[in-house]
Amino acid sequence: MQKSLLLGVEAIAQGAIDAGMSGVYAYPGTPSTEIAEYIQHSKLANERKIHSEWSANEKTAMETALGMSYAGKRTMVCMKHVGLNVAADCFMNAAITGSNGGMIVTIADDPSMHSSQNEQDSRVYAKFAMIPILEPSNQQEAYDMTRFGFELSEAFGTPVMMRITTRLAHSRAGVTPVTDIVAENEMSLPKDKQQFILLPGIARQRYKLLLSNQEKFEAASAESPYNQYTEGSDKSLGVIACGLGYNYLMENYPNGDCPFPVLKVSQYPLPRKMIQKITSECDKVLVLEEGYPVVEEMLKGYLENEAVIGRLDGTLSRDGELTPDMVAVALGFEVEEGMAIPDLVSARPPALCVGCSHHDVYKALNEVIAEYGEGRVFSDIGCYTLGALPPYRAINACVDMGASITMAKGAADAGLIPSVAMIGDSTFTHSGMTGLLDAVNENSPITVIISDNESISMTGGQKSSAKGKLEDICAGLGVHPDHIHVFTSLPKKHEEVKDIIRKECDYQGVSVIIPRRICVQKNVRDQKIKKALKAKAAAKA
Amino acid sequence: MKTDMVIAGVGGQGILSIAAALGSAALDNNLYMKQAETHGMSQRGGDVQSFMRISDKPIYSDLIPKGGADIILSVEPMEALRYLPYLKKGGYVVANSSPFINITDYPDEAELVKTIEALPNYVLIDADEIAKEVTGSTRAFNFVMLGAASPFIDVPFEYLEEGIRKIFGRKGEDVVKMNIDALHAGRKFSQDNK
Ligand SMILES: Cc1ncc(C[n+]2csc(CCOP(=O)(O)OP(=O)(O)O)c2C)c(N)n1
Ligand code: SF4
Repeated sequence: MQKSLLLGVEAIAQGAIDAGMSGVYAYPGTPSTEIAEYIQHSKLANERKIHSEWSANEKTAMETALGMSYAGKRTMVCMKHVGLNVAADCFMNAAITGSNGGMIVTIADDPSMHSSQNEQDSRVYAKFAMIPILEPSNQQEAYDMTRFGFELSEAFGTPVMMRITTRLAHSRAGVTPVTDIVAENEMSLPKDKQQFILLPGIARQRYKLLLSNQEKFEAASAESPYNQYTEGSDKSLGVIACGLGYNYLMENYPNGDCPFPVLKVSQYPLPRKMIQKITSECDKVLVLEEGYPVVEEMLKGYLENEAVIGRLDGTLSRDGELTPDMVAVALGFEVEEGMAIPDLVSARPPALCVGCSHHDVYKALNEVIAEYGEGRVFSDIGCYTLGALPPYRAINACVDMGASITMAKGAADAGLIPSVAMIGDSTFTHSGMTGLLDAVNENSPITVIISDNESISMTGGQKSSAKGKLEDICAGLGVHPDHIHVFTSLPKKHEEVKDIIRKECDYQGVSVIIPRRICVQKNVRDQKIKKALKAKAAAKA
Repeated sequence: MKTDMVIAGVGGQGILSIAAALGSAALDNNLYMKQAETHGMSQRGGDVQSFMRISDKPIYSDLIPKGGADIILSVEPMEALRYLPYLKKGGYVVANSSPFINITDYPDEAELVKTIEALPNYVLIDADEIAKEVTGSTRAFNFVMLGAASPFIDVPFEYLEEGIRKIFGRKGEDVVKMNIDALHAGRKFSQDNK
């Protein structure tokens, strides 16, 4: 079979299609976005009508996937790590309902925070929910494990987490696909009609089942082809290498001649016997894992077992992603770095594109805020967060999706009036709407600016669920029509826009200002697609 | 046969097409390859890099170790220097001399050239200018750069041509020819000036 050149995320997407998945549910978030995008553009997925439209947020995505699993079909839900915070209610409870059709929860963590607010490790969540985790170490495994994951999910009636990190997500390699593409499941209701009703009486039974399943999950890990023990002659050290950690270990032994016993872990719960073997036969055990010291902490325990080394004792850095150099040093190798970076090299942080509509909003906002005094702009997550950097330095907060509106409300409650929220269209429909309802119900003196670029731009210009709906949503939630302003955002309207912002900052109630102009990049992309479609139609005619 | 190369530039400059051509060439010739790239926030005009690894033996790490890169190929002069800690002793820096200035504290250009010229092994090439000369537009400057790096890449040169054919084939023979011409022009410059 011909190899395809695939990113880790694409390998998962192709693996899911080839494993008979019927629907992917997702909200974009780096580094997970391309899974759903790949499926949206896949010929086979389109022929099969595999669901791949974006969801409004991660919680709706997770719940919809659970519904598809209920109906007996294979489904995947994808998000970045912080998305799982949003979807956590469903996630934790889905562990108790269990699944019917195979269900994989694919979470892409971002250690080193390349494009994120934090570097939380989703394995902690899976452990919390007590479900199995698959953590591929390379692109081929990512592809193969997706099918394996659906089988595991159906064998035990549990959702399974597929945990990846940025490096695997966004690294390409050759992947050999299978030749036996699986058909989709037929629709079938759960055998136990009460399985999904988490009333206390039923939930208690389901929870006991989940607890008793732990032993089976562990047995599956012990037999898993993805957990491997390699004997080694030098028992002064043993290495437990989780996920990508395995690659960084082997990078240091290019001829495959690692002298130490190695336990490669790519499926959890941990394979207990293998862990016991490596800890008992080696003097010390080095744990290599991407993200938090999850495994290390389990083995080291509260009593600080000194034989276990890794991120907690400083052998490896406590934060940030693993690198081959870091692992080399931990193994006692010397790293010969190249030349130092010359002093004249300046930092090149990301910035708003030339012509971006958020520029116009910040120019006007900054001038008005100067009249009231600084420290009152609560922003949110999207390209407009770059307003934190020079030249604007316009915002005072960016925490989690939707927090702009609710934080502005809380600050106003505390007496910071006016308080301004600066949020994007997609973030508003993701998690801003409910906060706006809170503000409306108390007629809080806040001014909400929804900088509408008709796109989910930070993650690459996906279709925004908010498109064409914002003013109706705000009116529907009860914002008075006199205090909803919609206009095209253009530099020439600068003074006019300042007047609107000032007027609404003075108003002692909820107002919503919606400057609207399509994202420059999204527009270019849309035009390209249009042109290509036209050319295609012309070629046919 | 093994080449580790850092490809550097600024978000939006299209460094991934270089990696794509090289990757497809490697794969079609049954070589192993891994190529880590930057997606997300930095693509908004920040510094971006791709770690490209090609070998006839299996490759483990997606990242190139510090001091392990045979080549730094940078489509922008300042970005070439950002990755020097990754360069192997004896490795080559192949840099485009046309700066991409989207920050206020961009270094003095003469100083920048001096710093690059002080490196032990470098090729400094005006890829934008050469692309314009040879193909009539700057569009193919990325492949001038790949051509300029090609003498140091441990992969047969024909593979690179094949790679370009493969990734641009759909866009027609003109586009393929433009990029292959750019590739040859870059290679020639490098061979005359290394
Ligand atoms: C819970 C959560 N999900 C997803 C993301 C990833 N993310 C960051 S910004 C963004 C897009 C925001 O779109 P919008 O609000 O329309 O702003 P724009 O980037 O278009 O200006 C997304 C999806 C995140 N940070 N947190
Ligand atoms: S991608 Fe769009 S929204 Fe983001 S900075 Fe560029 S123009 Fe603005």
